[in-house]
Amino acid sequence: MLSRESSATLMSAVTAFVYKEARFQDEHQYEAWEALWTDDGVYWVPANGSDIDPEKEMSIIYDNRSRISLRVKQLLTGKRHTQTPQSRLRRLVSNIELLDEQQDGDISVASNSLVFESSLRDDTIWAARNEYRLRYVDGELRMAYKKVTLVNNEKALFTLSFLI
Amino acid sequence: MNVVPRASQWGELIRPDRVHGSLYSDPAVFEAELQNIWYRTWVYVGHESEVPKANDYVVKSIGPQSVIMTRDEQGKVNLLLNRCSHRGNQVCSYDKGNARSFTCPFHSWTFANDGRLVGYAFPDGYEGQDKSKLALGRVTRVQSYRGFVFGSFAAEGPTLQEHLGGAAETIDRLCRFSPEGEVEVTAGFLKHRVKANWKFILENECDGYHPAFVHSSIFGVADSAIGKLYGGASTALTRDYGNGHTEIDLRPEFRKRDAPMSWFGTTEERLPDYTTRMKAAYGEQQAREIMIDGTPHVMIFPNLFIAEIQMFVIQPLAVDDSVQHVTALQFKGAPDLNRRLRQQTMGSVGPAGLLLADDSEMYERCHRGVLSRNPEWIFLARGEKRERRDELGFRIGHVTDEIPSRGIWRHYRSLMEAA
Repeated sequence: MLSRESSATLMSAVTAFVYKEARFQDEHQYEAWEALWTDDGVYWVPANGSDIDPEKEMSIIYDNRSRISLRVKQLLTGKRHTQTPQSRLRRLVSNIELLDEQQDGDISVASNSLVFESSLRDDTIWAARNEYRLRYVDGELRMAYKKVTLVNNEKALFTLSFLI
Repeated sequence: MNVVPRASQWGELIRPDRVHGSLYSDPAVFEAELQNIWYRTWVYVGHESEVPKANDYVVKSIGPQSVIMTRDEQGKVNLLLNRCSHRGNQVCSYDKGNARSFTCPFHSWTFANDGRLVGYAFPDGYEGQDKSKLALGRVTRVQSYRGFVFGSFAAEGPTLQEHLGGAAETIDRLCRFSPEGEVEVTAGFLKHRVKANWKFILENECDGYHPAFVHSSIFGVADSAIGKLYGGASTALTRDYGNGHTEIDLRPEFRKRDAPMSWFGTTEERLPDYTTRMKAAYGEQQAREIMIDGTPHVMIFPNLFIAEIQMFVIQPLAVDDSVQHVTALQFKGAPDLNRRLRQQTMGSVGPAGLLLADDSEMYERCHRGVLSRNPEWIFLARGEKRERRDELGFRIGHVTDEIPSRGIWRHYRSLMEAA
């Protein structure tokens, strides 16, 4: 159990991290975003609910660290047609909470987000619950895990090719 | 146009080497397709492995219609329409489950999972009514091939086997990739919606001309050997099986490689359990041949695309609105292979897929493109002068040739003119 003071300090650092990640995503700063990941990072966007087993059932994204890197590399080619031109994005992130700390020392964080996307097809609103496991690496917070549960992930979704 | 073409007019819109852009964008054409294709011919609905136990059900579709695929207590697979025979309410609101019956929430009419009406509330108001005439609607004909369940709303017409014709062999070829000879659909579906006409999806599935361009971003960074399969020097083929079924046959390239599992970018050594089981099931030599050839890349008209490692089901909702339902293919008795198939599929397809998000972008741009009215035509002549026949008499051409599109439209025209 953290003291009230250290909890406030941690909350402030975590909030700054979550906002920074959102800005990198909105502004397509792919390399800066990738640098936020730990070497064992897992990026998970489930389909059909929030509690499926991603080892057994299809997810929209279930990237290990090397596939996160591949996803970023593809975006950086400039020939990822669905992001050429890039979606214009702004997202609001709120309801940031520190959850119970993980046993291995990772910091568990949750937030809600609402993303407005403007693309060639149309304008699209995405809403999600985000769950993170963050970790201090060389004095900087990093993401070891991000799970994005889209509110409508049981429905047929339009292309989701920006970083959610 | 917005007026359904008369039978004599389809030939003006569908020429041997080009089709009219309005066929993709005209709401009246879409309505005619629902009647003449989706609600008449054999349409793939689901797989028997999705309802393995008695009373299992899963909600599927035929075009915009919701269809409940059930396995009743006798073990029979039924395709029921999700519409109460009383006032039209949907009787099932969950994607899947296990239920002996469906009770409509509106007036509590209850239907057995074979469609029979078994009871209604306050029956004294229905004296003299015959319950057997108030069953759930059902897809008129239901037939399976190797576990793949198809439905047709036409009481008469070709059998499923006749409809599949030469393409049935591709499903056999798929199933033998399992040491037990069976495909399983157990990994759940991603549902990817596009603002585009369904035929852009249909025609792209066996279009071997686009990968080098649409997918260059991923081929370049993933160190993928796929790009070469679709290059000018490739010996891979396009094939038209008739009845609208089309294929990209990559076996000539994989046979040149002569390495089991190379088609999937891996080796026998990395799949020891699978390799052992395949050799036990088929013998050393045949297992080797199966594992060199790889799985088929075939589009079963109008909506089942077997895409080597995954399968897609195309669902049209409106003239400019379609859903691609996609899941990893799973082979019975092949757990180590299945895990890799799921991993690869998740990376490639669905709304965030490294491949399919770019295909889907093309569908949507094509749809907006054909709203421009000049030139009026979609030009499909590629390889027309070098079409030839294989030993079974099916049209074949270079992997980048537009044999599949021409085959699809030839069949489409025959269906629309038959109306």
